Amino acid sequence: MTVQSITQSLAELRFFKDMPREHLEMLAGCASPVAFKKGEFLLLVGHEATHFVAIREGMVALEMEAANKITTLQTIGEGSIVGWSWLVPPYTWHYDARAATPVSAIQFDARCVRDLCESNPAFGYDVLKHFSHVIVERLMNTRIQLADMYH
Amino acid sequence: MFMTNGQVAARPMTPVVGRIRRRRRETQDTFTLEIELEKKRRFSFAPGQFNMLYVFGVGEVPISISGDPAESDVVRHTTREVGVVTGAMRGLKEGDYLGIRGPFGSAWPVEEAEGRDVVVIAGGIGLAPLRPVLYHLMDHRERYNRVTILYGARTPEDILYKQELGRWSARLDVEVFATVDRATRTWHGNVGVITTLIPRAPFDPKNALAMVCGPEIMMHFCVRELHRRGVTSDRIFVSMERNMQCAIGLCGHCQYGPHFVCKDGPVFRFDQIEEFFSVREF
Repeated sequence: MTVQSITQSLAELRFFKDMPREHLEMLAGCASPVAFKKGEFLLLVGHEATHFVAIREGMVALEMEAANKITTLQTIGEGSIVGWSWLVPPYTWHYDARAATPVSAIQFDARCVRDLCESNPAFGYDVLKHFSHVIVERLMNTRIQLADMYH
Repeated sequence: MFMTNGQVAARPMTPVVGRIRRRRRETQDTFTLEIELEKKRRFSFAPGQFNMLYVFGVGEVPISISGDPAESDVVRHTTREVGVVTGAMRGLKEGDYLGIRGPFGSAWPVEEAEGRDVVVIAGGIGLAPLRPVLYHLMDHRERYNRVTILYGARTPEDILYKQELGRWSARLDVEVFATVDRATRTWHGNVGVITTLIPRAPFDPKNALAMVCGPEIMMHFCVRELHRRGVTSDRIFVSMERNMQCAIGLCGHCQYGPHFVCKDGPVFRFDQIEEFFSVREF
């Protein structure tokens, strides 16, 4: 895929829908298409957060092992982002992410994106604003889950 | 005199006797009673209405009607054991008797929804008051545009009406999305709060009508997501629950601002109650 075609693919994803074309092109320069088989891990807890992933098709399960049991915390699908720990030191994953179905995605080189954020504050702020949504949404969802609202 | 057309009867405080024809365990803590009325009385109701069920010698509670509005020889109620009366109700066996008053209250806007995308959002046992709507939508599918069912439960074991959800999701003209709060790898569906389904659900927010039922906190977050998608308050309907006792707007126990939930509700168009909804301790 070319930078142009990756830019176009990003523009079609919900997460990037209001990002300026110029910023999408910068992100696309750090990105490549990737596919995961069902059961394959996208991220592993404790490993260095070298990349993050935008899902084009398929479902990813965010998992955590506790008390010798693997619990699915959340599943995320098309148009969503897997991974935000690449943005915050110490850049290590806090959970596992496993392909619950075959997944087609775009993978980003985290260092490449961080370097662009440092060198171009407008781009960096835009990226931060978009990822803040992911972080806030996951926090809100966790709070709602903790409320155990169906009981 | 008992009601036969979804309207409140001339003697609404007098129960008729019903006999439990069948009792079905739905999940670990929910069950459905299939009740036939004495003297083979017919029963009709509008989706969203409720009955007052009286366990003799114990007490009376409001329970939504969860059966098919097209059936008139049986009344179905799905409930969860949460107190003394529902606890006693759970102990009733096939052939036992209870008292019934009803149907009471407002209904889901199935006619207003005609020609629109319909989004039915249920959480936990909130699927029970919406099941009559789903039967109606399936029976008159041609009257509606896209039909989407979003359902959230605590765990896969807590999912209500699994067989029916499976049957509806197998239809080509209905989209069903279920999610649970917690699961292990044996569950292959969505995990996460029900609000995560709303941004991805296939409906046109400009044309959609949403019917939402579940705990108030769940409805609060769902309404917020619907607003974010662009569904306006006048096309969102919620079913409220308060301490309903007389069921005809006399006793005042279920007063909710200027409304009585038993008489003006339980189904409200959201803009009618928006200013009170989410107000702490209201």
